[in-house]
Amino acid sequence: MKEKRDLKIQAIENGTVIDHITAGQALNVLRILGISSAFRETISFVMNAPGARGKKDVVKIEGKELSVEELNRIALLSPKATINIIRDFEVVQKNDVVLPSYVEGVVRCTNSNCISNSSEPIKSKFSVLQSDEEGVSLHCLYCEHVISEEIAEYLL
Amino acid sequence: MSFKNRNVISMKDFSREEIDYVLDTAEKLEPVARGEERSRLLDGKIISLLFFEPSTRTRLSFEVAARRLGGQVLNLGSVEASSVMKGENLADTIRVISKYADLIVLRHPLDGSARMAAEFATVPVINGGDGSVHHPTQTFLDLYTIRRESHLEGLKIAMAGDLKYGRTVHSLCHALSLYGAEMVFVSPPELRMPPEIVRDLRKQKIRVKETDSLEDIIGDIDVLYMTRVQRERFPDPDEYERVKNSLRVTGDLLKAADPDLKILHPLPRVNEISPEVDETPHARYFEQAFYGVPIRMALLALAMGVIE
Repeated sequence: MKEKRDLKIQAIENGTVIDHITAGQALNVLRILGISSAFRETISFVMNAPGARGKKDVVKIEGKELSVEELNRIALLSPKATINIIRDFEVVQKNDVVLPSYVEGVVRCTNSNCISNSSEPIKSKFSVLQSDEEGVSLHCLYCEHVISEEIAEYLL
Repeated sequence: MSFKNRNVISMKDFSREEIDYVLDTAEKLEPVARGEERSRLLDGKIISLLFFEPSTRTRLSFEVAARRLGGQVLNLGSVEASSVMKGENLADTIRVISKYADLIVLRHPLDGSARMAAEFATVPVINGGDGSVHHPTQTFLDLYTIRRESHLEGLKIAMAGDLKYGRTVHSLCHALSLYGAEMVFVSPPELRMPPEIVRDLRKQKIRVKETDSLEDIIGDIDVLYMTRVQRERFPDPDEYERVKNSLRVTGDLLKAADPDLKILHPLPRVNEISPEVDETPHARYFEQAFYGVPIRMALLALAMGVIE
């Protein structure tokens, strides 16, 4: 059974494996990392893969070690994701994502009257808060609007 | 405590101690604001008033504040005649005006524009109102009025009218929470205070009550802060007609009020305060408008470092 599951996604030689992504969020993870069709390295991913803790997505990025800052953005969408840095087929570093306290140029403010949605030469800026009651929320540093639901819909 | 080169963007940027310091400074400058004393504190300083939307009251009070302190005022003029109409963005306008003036007062229709302006300016920026979010100098003058005409400690205040959209009351709630004020929100159901604000206040252990009746609470408050129900906020004109007179301060209503009750209003009013109230000792809204001058004098002088 294990052998079959491994066939779904090839091991990588060097790069980054993002595991335990909330099921269905893999494409949004690529967006939040700014990975588009212009990205030239090999990327493979599975969505809705069965795991010990229920379904999950996995993304493997060949030939690129992403920065901690980049990776922590994933926590906005998938707070339980884990990051594995691979060198020569070995996991040399394994970390949980950590919610960043601040994100810039990642999410669009939901307030259409916010200056960050105008043609001014600025990027959106949010402080990131987490509470037991409301989960993750983004607070626009320009207009103070708060995004607390469906953050993925507002990714830039 | 130094405010030199400090921007004034949002009340949330100020601690209670800092607010008290601004109010104390305004009180010292009040004789100058009334024209009873002369001051040259801003001699040689140029204050640029960048008003991208009309607000005669705010603009004039800043202009008076600057002139009373001996400063010079640079007006943008009409937006139609400015470089904005040529397509210049606000960031570039701010960069350029920073080279001409010692301080910028900005009024702009977009939310967060003052925060952005402060990023590009090399001189202090005072927010004269941006979009529907911030109007910190209004809140400073509201606090000053309450302190001068009533008391901030142990205050029981009712805010009435359009509490849903009124930015002055939102900002005032936050500031008064720093003083532990007890608050009553009086509005028609359609215009209630946003629940997140009520929730935040309760989290801070502030006593908050909501009602739709002025009669029920008029005898139990120190300050009544009235606001205008704004016609432009209603998509349905009939609904506006239905609620526009639902909260009205009249001579009859005030018979049940505490003799020391003070009534404030950010103005302009429409018909939420009956003219007969103007002659009573309760009416303090015109004095409130005057207090905008010493408050703006204090903020100009502190931000430019001529008072420390």
